[in-house]
Amino acid sequence: MPNLYQEVIFWALFAITVFSALLVVGQRDMFRSALALIVTFLAIAGIFAQMNAEFLAVAQVLIYVGAVSVLVIFAVMFTKDMPHSTRSTNLQPVSIVVVGLLFIALSWAIFQSQWNEMPAELPVFVESTLVDSSSQLGTAIIRDYVMAFETVGVLLLAAVVGALALVRDK
Amino acid sequence: MLERYLLLSVILFCIGLYGALSRRNIIAVLICTELMLNGVNVALVAFSRYSTPAFMRLTSVDASDSVKVLDGQAFAIFVVVVAAAEVALGLALVIALIRSRNTTDVTEINLMGN
Repeated sequence: MPNLYQEVIFWALFAITVFSALLVVGQRDMFRSALALIVTFLAIAGIFAQMNAEFLAVAQVLIYVGAVSVLVIFAVMFTKDMPHSTRSTNLQPVSIVVVGLLFIALSWAIFQSQWNEMPAELPVFVESTLVDSSSQLGTAIIRDYVMAFETVGVLLLAAVVGALALVRDK
Repeated sequence: MLERYLLLSVILFCIGLYGALSRRNIIAVLICTELMLNGVNVALVAFSRYSTPAFMRLTSVDASDSVKVLDGQAFAIFVVVVAAAEVALGLALVIALIRSRNTTDVTEINLMGN
């Protein structure tokens, strides 16, 4: 049984994540929406840290809070003088229905399924792997997923070159 | 324990999907895609942390298999990298779009539909 601290922290992070995600979508002002996005990313980093994913939590803060949100805010300021309508697309009624149905179906599936859960008393080697998950993750990426790792490097290179080629002055 | 994280993941994904379908601003659509990817990451990490990996049900478990406990986290890292590449390219596309058509409204980008 998890202790009270963990419960309180989890539900606080849960509430912050959901509330700020709703703000991201509901806020008409793009700049505020971007700020709410940063809060969402930080709360998700907290959720990762709670699940023994320290490296991912740090990477989330570095990449999303540090880089992605800066890019987004840059684009928001770049487009500040654009004529922009605050209305929604004509898809809005349909998307409410579709998203509502998807949410009901997925939550039904989550609470109906018999998950093969990890025993509360963790097996010894699982516990030792989780305790130093950062170094174990490095081993996993370099040993088991080295092909994916290299491919992702090529993908990043292609994305950077592509982005530069798109915005280059003719 | 697993269910609550999956519930959070589903809520994030649904909010992101709703925003991606209903917002007009192209940057808002990009942001909502990021929300959806983050929701998926939460689910991946939750599965790796709270569900029993398949290899543990085998009769003989090799010690080097223990790294497989972190498969979900490794997967999530690749998702983060792809999402970062997607944002960089997406915003370059936004700038190219503003230069050529002077709009950020996704409903006005309909050259192929006319």
